[in-house]
Amino acid sequence: MAVVKIQRPKLGFGEKIYFAALIKGFILTMTHAVKSLLGKSMGAKSLESSGLGVTMQFPEQRWDAQMPDYYRGAPALVTDEQGRERCVSCQLCEFICPPKAIKIVPGEIPSDDPWAKVEKRPKEFDIDMIRCIYCGMCEEVCPEQAIFLRKDYLITGLKRADMVHDKKKLYEIGGVRTGLVNKWNELK
Amino acid sequence: MPDLLLQLAIILFKIVTLTFIVVLPLVPISVYFERRFSAIIQDRVGPNRVGIPLSLLGFKKDFHFFGLIQPMADGIKLFLKEDFTPQYVRKAFYWLAPALTVVPALITVCVVPFGSPITIFGHTEKLVIADIDVGPLFVFAIASLSVYGITLAGWSSNSKFPFIGGVRSTAQMISYEICLGLSIIPVLLYFGELNLGKIVEHQAQHGWLLLPLWQNGQIGLPDMQTALFWIPAVIAFLIFTISIFAETNRMPFDLPECETELVGGYHTEYSSMKFALFFMGEYAAMVIGSAMVVTLFLGGWSAGFGLDPLIAKLGIGGFQIGGLIHLGIFLTKLVGFILFFILVRWTVPRFRYDQLMKLGWVIFFEAALINVFLAALILAAPDLTAVILGTGAVLLIAVTAAVIWVAKTSEAPVKPLRA
Repeated sequence: MAVVKIQRPKLGFGEKIYFAALIKGFILTMTHAVKSLLGKSMGAKSLESSGLGVTMQFPEQRWDAQMPDYYRGAPALVTDEQGRERCVSCQLCEFICPPKAIKIVPGEIPSDDPWAKVEKRPKEFDIDMIRCIYCGMCEEVCPEQAIFLRKDYLITGLKRADMVHDKKKLYEIGGVRTGLVNKWNELK
Repeated sequence: MPDLLLQLAIILFKIVTLTFIVVLPLVPISVYFERRFSAIIQDRVGPNRVGIPLSLLGFKKDFHFFGLIQPMADGIKLFLKEDFTPQYVRKAFYWLAPALTVVPALITVCVVPFGSPITIFGHTEKLVIADIDVGPLFVFAIASLSVYGITLAGWSSNSKFPFIGGVRSTAQMISYEICLGLSIIPVLLYFGELNLGKIVEHQAQHGWLLLPLWQNGQIGLPDMQTALFWIPAVIAFLIFTISIFAETNRMPFDLPECETELVGGYHTEYSSMKFALFFMGEYAAMVIGSAMVVTLFLGGWSAGFGLDPLIAKLGIGGFQIGGLIHLGIFLTKLVGFILFFILVRWTVPRFRYDQLMKLGWVIFFEAALINVFLAALILAAPDLTAVILGTGAVLLIAVTAAVIWVAKTSEAPVKPLRA
């Protein structure tokens, strides 16, 4: 590599004095200040600002409506149109989960159940939300379309135990999901 | 004897009120302003939540006060944090250093005139703790002591970054004290007075140094001499203000604690309330610096435009409380100047250390010196004959040219021996 000598730019008198640049800077910062006080900062509208700067003030204002479809929030279990819990406790998500946040205890479906041919459903299904990294691998690996990452992002608790989502809580978040492949239905 | 006791009581009362009720709260307030103002400059919100949590007591809404309680929360946090002393520090100096930065800043409060005299029960009292005749000199003498705190902190921490920060700070403060002292000589020449209270009274009657637009209560253009003196006054103001920035280690010159190079500078090894004391000392120095600028150049407590005698006469019965209104005006100006400090901090990028030193020694030192002669010439003009005046002017121009030439040649880049 050849050595490239770079000439520093020659400064004029005005630039050396520096005051003009200072005043320009003051004008710039003060324009920003005035604009942000008036709620007219650049991008304030598209970012749904609170009227001060471009910031949305969280607990009162939420981003929920603008949340993209691919947002990965809390994982949750779903039931389908017939009210069947879709999970068959194959434990693939438990095995794939990188931080080992999922714990499943499989259980048998009694023979007098209308869905007895599915044979298994989870007896317990715990997701430790302290460990969960919201990677979405459980959703990707699930052969039954039973676990989905929802848009819930406010997972809080006062104790570690509060942060473990059990089966009831997971179905509560997940709710009913329609339009999935129902491979266990009777053939017509 | 009761007279002496009364005197003592009044002095104690003034110390407690003016230092701890008027000046010290300005420190957290300026921290709050710093955070809010920088936030709105950067299109953010800033701390606006901390208030009285009424909803904890069952009310529907919290009371926010625009987050004005935030500094109190910060203070409580700093008090409750662990006060960690690293193992290999020089303990005595490590403990002494924070106090040495705060105390000088607070001592200098005592010469600042906060308002015009108050009369209560026929007893007139000046709104200044110590009405001494060496005002600015006292401030410089005491304020320069705070460099010991910073140096000791840097050295006693027994760690490299704080040490570099301490050394930088020492060099910087010593360099800029010269500009600081030289730049106000024209001002002192103009007033012929070192008592800050009398300087402000003079400005109230004859117009502020930077705004000489009234004379004995009459609004009008200044006479020739005052108008001409405006030029050295502005130069002095610029040099003094910028030197104050350097002296208080504020943003364009905050080399002693520049985060990108030195972690936290001289207070890297400090935690909890000891760190808070450094923080407080810095902001207190800023408050005092602003107070000095306001007092010397912007008319101190005077409202200007010939309004001051009217305000001073205001009173309810025997109480003449015009002084308190003047106190309010002074504090308004002070907060305004602090806001200017903050605006500069969030506008101007940091200088390099050699640029800082060059600015101090090559530009400001010479400019302040020439400014002294210029001011002296203007002030002495009425007593001089035209010949002497002309000679003086020519000499001044010659000296200025010589100084500029010396500065330029000393700064010329060294030519390499072999091209």
